[in-house]
Amino acid sequence: MSGGTHLENANPIIFQRTGERLLTATDEDENVHDPIDDREIFDILCLTINDPEHPLSLEELNVVEQVRVKVNDGESTVDIEFTPTIPHCSMATLIGLSIKVKLLRCLPSRFKIDVHITPGTHASEEAVNKQLADKERVAAALENSSLLEVVNQCLSIRSH
Amino acid sequence: MAADSSLLPSLVEEYVSGLQDSKAKDTATGVKGGQFTIVQLVEALGLSLTSSQPHTRARGVQLLSEVLQECYGVFTVAEVEVLISFYENRLKDHHVVIPPVLQGLRALTKCTVLPPGSAVAMLRALFQDVHVQSLMLAERACVYNMLLNLMETREAELKGLGADFVFGFVQSMDGERDPRNLLLAFQVAKNIIHRGYELGSFTEEMFEVTSCYFPIDFAPPPNDPHGITREELVVTLRDVLVGTPKFAEFLLPLIIEKLDSDVQSAKLDSLQTLTACVTGYEHKDLAEFLGGLWASLRREVFQTASEKIESASLAAVTALTSCLSRSVLKSDSEDSLHSFLELVLKGCKHHLCEPDLKLVWPSAKLLQAACSASNRAGHIITSAVMPLLTEQYHSRTECSHRRTLLEVVQKFMQAVKPRQSSEHEESLFLAFRPSLCSMVFSALVETNASLQITAASVLTLLAQQTGLLLDSDIELAVDHLTRLLLTEDDDRVSLAVVECVGALAELYPATFIAKLIPKLKTEIFSEVMDQDNNTVASEQSSHHALRQRCMAALAMASTQPSVVLESTPVLLEVLSSAHTGSTRFSVAEVVLACHCLQKIAARAQDTEETGRCFHDVIIPRLLCLALQAALRGEGPSDHHSPLLEEAVLCAIVSVISTACSRLQPSLAGQTASRAVSLFLDGDVSFLPDNSFPSHLQLLKPGDSWRQSQLVCLLMACVCTLPRSVEVPQIDRLLSQLEEMSCTCSHQLSYSSAAKCFAGLVNKRPQGDSLDRLIQGTMARVCSELDSTSSPLRSQAFTLMIWVAKALLLRYHPLITTLTDKLFSLLTDDHLGLLAADGFSLLMTDSVDILNRSCHADVRIMYRQRFFSENSPKLVQGFNAARQEKKPNYLKALSNIVEKLPKQVQVTELPALLSLLLEALSCPDQGVQLSTLSCLQPVLVDPPPALIQQLEALFSRLLALTSSPSMNMRIASLRCIKTISHFPVHEVLPFRARVLRALARPLDDRKRLVRQEAVQARAEWFLLGSPGGR
Repeated sequence: MSGGTHLENANPIIFQRTGERLLTATDEDENVHDPIDDREIFDILCLTINDPEHPLSLEELNVVEQVRVKVNDGESTVDIEFTPTIPHCSMATLIGLSIKVKLLRCLPSRFKIDVHITPGTHASEEAVNKQLADKERVAAALENSSLLEVVNQCLSIRSH
Repeated sequence: MAADSSLLPSLVEEYVSGLQDSKAKDTATGVKGGQFTIVQLVEALGLSLTSSQPHTRARGVQLLSEVLQECYGVFTVAEVEVLISFYENRLKDHHVVIPPVLQGLRALTKCTVLPPGSAVAMLRALFQDVHVQSLMLAERACVYNMLLNLMETREAELKGLGADFVFGFVQSMDGERDPRNLLLAFQVAKNIIHRGYELGSFTEEMFEVTSCYFPIDFAPPPNDPHGITREELVVTLRDVLVGTPKFAEFLLPLIIEKLDSDVQSAKLDSLQTLTACVTGYEHKDLAEFLGGLWASLRREVFQTASEKIESASLAAVTALTSCLSRSVLKSDSEDSLHSFLELVLKGCKHHLCEPDLKLVWPSAKLLQAACSASNRAGHIITSAVMPLLTEQYHSRTECSHRRTLLEVVQKFMQAVKPRQSSEHEESLFLAFRPSLCSMVFSALVETNASLQITAASVLTLLAQQTGLLLDSDIELAVDHLTRLLLTEDDDRVSLAVVECVGALAELYPATFIAKLIPKLKTEIFSEVMDQDNNTVASEQSSHHALRQRCMAALAMASTQPSVVLESTPVLLEVLSSAHTGSTRFSVAEVVLACHCLQKIAARAQDTEETGRCFHDVIIPRLLCLALQAALRGEGPSDHHSPLLEEAVLCAIVSVISTACSRLQPSLAGQTASRAVSLFLDGDVSFLPDNSFPSHLQLLKPGDSWRQSQLVCLLMACVCTLPRSVEVPQIDRLLSQLEEMSCTCSHQLSYSSAAKCFAGLVNKRPQGDSLDRLIQGTMARVCSELDSTSSPLRSQAFTLMIWVAKALLLRYHPLITTLTDKLFSLLTDDHLGLLAADGFSLLMTDSVDILNRSCHADVRIMYRQRFFSENSPKLVQGFNAARQEKKPNYLKALSNIVEKLPKQVQVTELPALLSLLLEALSCPDQGVQLSTLSCLQPVLVDPPPALIQQLEALFSRLLALTSSPSMNMRIASLRCIKTISHFPVHEVLPFRARVLRALARPLDDRKRLVRQEAVQARAEWFLLGSPGGR
């Protein structure tokens, strides 16, 4: 982040992180089938996506909350609501796109993925939701190498 | 002479006109050997030096210079004087003559007999006649080297030149571009500054000519032919820039400007330079830039995404503050420390009132950085911040806010701690004692676990501040800690509380003896009522957890001898009442009591008092209880004592081992000799209970496993002594141990006897008697192993493998016979698998004996040695073995390789790669798993041989991702993830295939596998993608 640039939201509220998922005995039992659940998707999103402005995870900024992640393993659907830190956040589309791309890469292909903004938390909610729901626009966005570059940066695990 | 007189002109002729460079060497040899003088050489050169052709002149001078370079040491003062004036003159000559002239001058600067004044003359001529930057690379280097040479030997003379010298140098290096030359030029500049040459009016020029390279941006060419690194340049330039406070007015604005840079390395370099330069500055150098510096530093800490930048910025804040604190104030100057800290407080303090926002942490870190710089700064900052934090703490009600505030307090105390410990002054926090205590104690009664944990660690820090807490505070603290121990069942909280107990008990033993230990004892011995009822199962388990916490606290508290004397009887009583059955304790609880005793033995201060407590009270008592249990168990109707259990015995072994190896060697020797006489002669006189039968024969292979397994206690007493302590009756002991280990049928008994034997063998002095002993044992073992029908083969094998380990550790030459036998057993039908596993025993550190803490004779790098001696045999054996025996070899190999240090693995693996790849397709899952765990660290830094085998590696790894075993799937996915960091051009061709193959484990039935697959696939997606890698 360059010295002179001004951040849109320099001092956001930090939310406490949920601890790591506790390992249970059934997790280590070969014979038990673990279904894909909300927490698992939540972990995928929180552990690996960075906010483009801050070196913080989406969980700490409360952009993604576990209650707003809904998975149905049987019907192969995922439904995610995310909350931009401020109603005019210009990064909302980018965050949404990163979440979508992350899930496309990390979930089995049988899943239908729906990513949208938590109702009433962003000024141009509908426009963003429409963009994110449009398969062809998402595909086109990922053809754009400079956009892909920014998305990939959000998805790179920090080195330290 | 006649021959000489014709030789010299011919040499000159061949060099100058014949262009034969080798003749220079011959001429130099002639001069050195005294065949001709330098004057004769100059005479012989006469014509070429005065030729009208510049190229001929250049050639002539070059011959002379090359001779000078070879033999600058042999000239007289007069000769040197003549040569210098000649060369000075030549500087005005045609430009093709200049390079050899400079070479000659450089050679002359190395002369020890340089006449006074000549250095100055040489430099005046040089600066006047030569424009250095229009010379070629090598000639410029020549000039810098001249300067460096002269600075070494003629410092006083050069200083006589005054600022002219600096001016000359500035002119010569202005515009230098080659990193090799820059390194030399920076060296000259560094000498000028650090050795006190007069900069005069050229201070700014000197700064400009060097600082224009700051921050260094240099990447060496790919094959790096000159070996110059960016770090070298950075460090040398930094030495120049930070060398003098005279540069302050130029350097500080430059740093402020460069901190705005977008380039991370430039920022980092600026911050490090700032930290380095202020160590030599005074407050007046800094005064006018403080505002600018603070604004930049604050911005870096508030906004950065990089931890490196953050910590460098904080270090700079600390350095600045300590510079300001150090400076002596005059009556008329303002206190710049005060004004700087006001800036810091103004910029950061208000953020501490917003504990839920992001900037609370960066602000706290900045304040702590300033606080840790000096005592004065610490006082100013803490007196401004601590009341604020206390007030905030009490006005907030949310636990997460309170925790953040308390953590900030904790970090403040940690920041101040390292500096204070050396001084005997009162704590910075003395004034805040009441408010700090009220904060901590109120946090300890909250129900939030993380808040309690933080409070416990703050309490520890408070106690460690000398003279801060009052006795009443300590008593209150002990009450709180006791309450938490008895009621809190969150594991993390009790762990934190136990640690706090440990730290406080070391400082205030008396309070803990009086208040905590009696309470814990009552709790440990209280019993759950109504045990037959099923509904109280959960109550029982919580009671078990309570006992566990109490015993852990007892163990942690016992570092001071006075506490040890009070706490160990409680634990011993647990064992004896478990044995008699007067209070019910589960086996796990008895084991835990032993572990606590072991922890005490390992942590307590090694004083005479604790030594006596262990050797005269605890160990005899433990032996006595074990013996009572073994003897009593004979009757069928007796209560089954937990002390017969293997787990309990092993735990007792660890107590005795730790005590004997760590506490008071002379007392340990006494313990050992008592144990030997007990086991050999049935001497029970030192045991506290005297009702034992007199005919005890514990080492004779009787029919009772209860008695024979006690041999493990003998092992604990005699195998862990320092090597200086003698074990009595050792020969008799060894022969009985051998007998027992070869004939006893109880597994724990014969393996303990074998271990005891091996532990003693390892410490026996080298010599014939040891060799005979080993040969005798080997003969017996081999004859047992060779008769395939013998029922005692596993016993013999156990003895052999332990003796092998004892010998391997000390590099005993007889080890080869044992390893050969072990190799031959790999093809054995019954013992093959055992032999393969035996390699793992040889290579790992064993926990109870034959390790360094037991004072065993362990040579360094015995694993590497074993590996390099035996890996060829293993490969050979593998190739020769029948198909169904091959897995044993692979298993042995993976057992050895797995335990090698990573560095050795990386260098040795290429040779074994094909074998390891074979092992990956071996059906034995154990082999696959251990091979993968060897491969993974190697993959982090892949050897070229591996990169050539990528196809084979991928096909095996990708196949293993659908292995039936979940651990295999996890391990293979980890390897695949690591491979994504190979050089991109090597692995990119596999990207599509890997991504396709990884789609399947994304839907694995086990979550742990899916997690690995998600990570691996994400990495592979980033590979070769913009913004990725």
